[in-house]
Amino acid sequence: MHSFGYRLNGLLTFSVTILAIMCAITSLSDNLNTPSPSAEIQVMNINWFQKQPQGNDEVSLTMNISADLQTLFTWNTKQLFIFVAAEYKTPKNSLNQVSLWDAIIPSKEHAKFWIHTSNKYRFVDQGNNLRGKEFNLTLHWHVMPKTGKMFADKIVLTGYSFPEEYR
Amino acid sequence: MTSFRSLRFHMDWQGQKLAEQIMQMMLLVSAVIAFVAGYVLGSFQMMMIVYAGGVTLTALITVPNWPFFNHHPLNWLDPSEAEKHPKPQVTVSSKKKGTKK
Repeated sequence: MHSFGYRLNGLLTFSVTILAIMCAITSLSDNLNTPSPSAEIQVMNINWFQKQPQGNDEVSLTMNISADLQTLFTWNTKQLFIFVAAEYKTPKNSLNQVSLWDAIIPSKEHAKFWIHTSNKYRFVDQGNNLRGKEFNLTLHWHVMPKTGKMFADKIVLTGYSFPEEYR
Repeated sequence: MTSFRSLRFHMDWQGQKLAEQIMQMMLLVSAVIAFVAGYVLGSFQMMMIVYAGGVTLTALITVPNWPFFNHHPLNWLDPSEAEKHPKPQVTVSSKKKGTKK
């Protein structure tokens, strides 16, 4: 090629193009991973369950969250964003999802954990439908990659319900 | 020192072709080695480091005008020799151009 600058430019352009292709293949390799995560959430205690002055129900609960999400990590995983949402049905909304707690898991070692916590975010209903209501607690996760496509999935845990009366 | 002096001049044509081929081949090979190393070791960082090393090595070999890129120089005719031989004249064609009206 004709000159030093010409060769240098050609090399830099080609190397960056190849880098882009390498990143695409790396992201595709994530599809080869078959994860087998597991999780369990226990509602230890309903701390209080009141109707707010505006008319909306609010509840505070303490949960025991344990999970093993290690198989979700690949060589291309930067971190895992997880959150627990309460899901239930009301006459007004066919699906209500309220996020109660979230966390960022930075590495595979931290992905097998157990935490005893009250809800990080307030659990307020649109209305006063919660007395005696059955709800699911769903653990969602977003596998955030170093490069490429982000995968998201969840585990649904059923069988939880609110008390019949305010406390 | 002689190698540095030759860096002042451009590569010859065969050298340019060789430089381009070496560059493309080395970058592709670096990428494959880097990807395999990263995948096997489970380390994205390793892939980047190996690839960066490969790109640097390729740059050092193909971008400067090394002597081995100048093994087929095109020798221009010496001016004193050129004067001895007249330039060829463009001959006016006596044939009519057939379709032109």
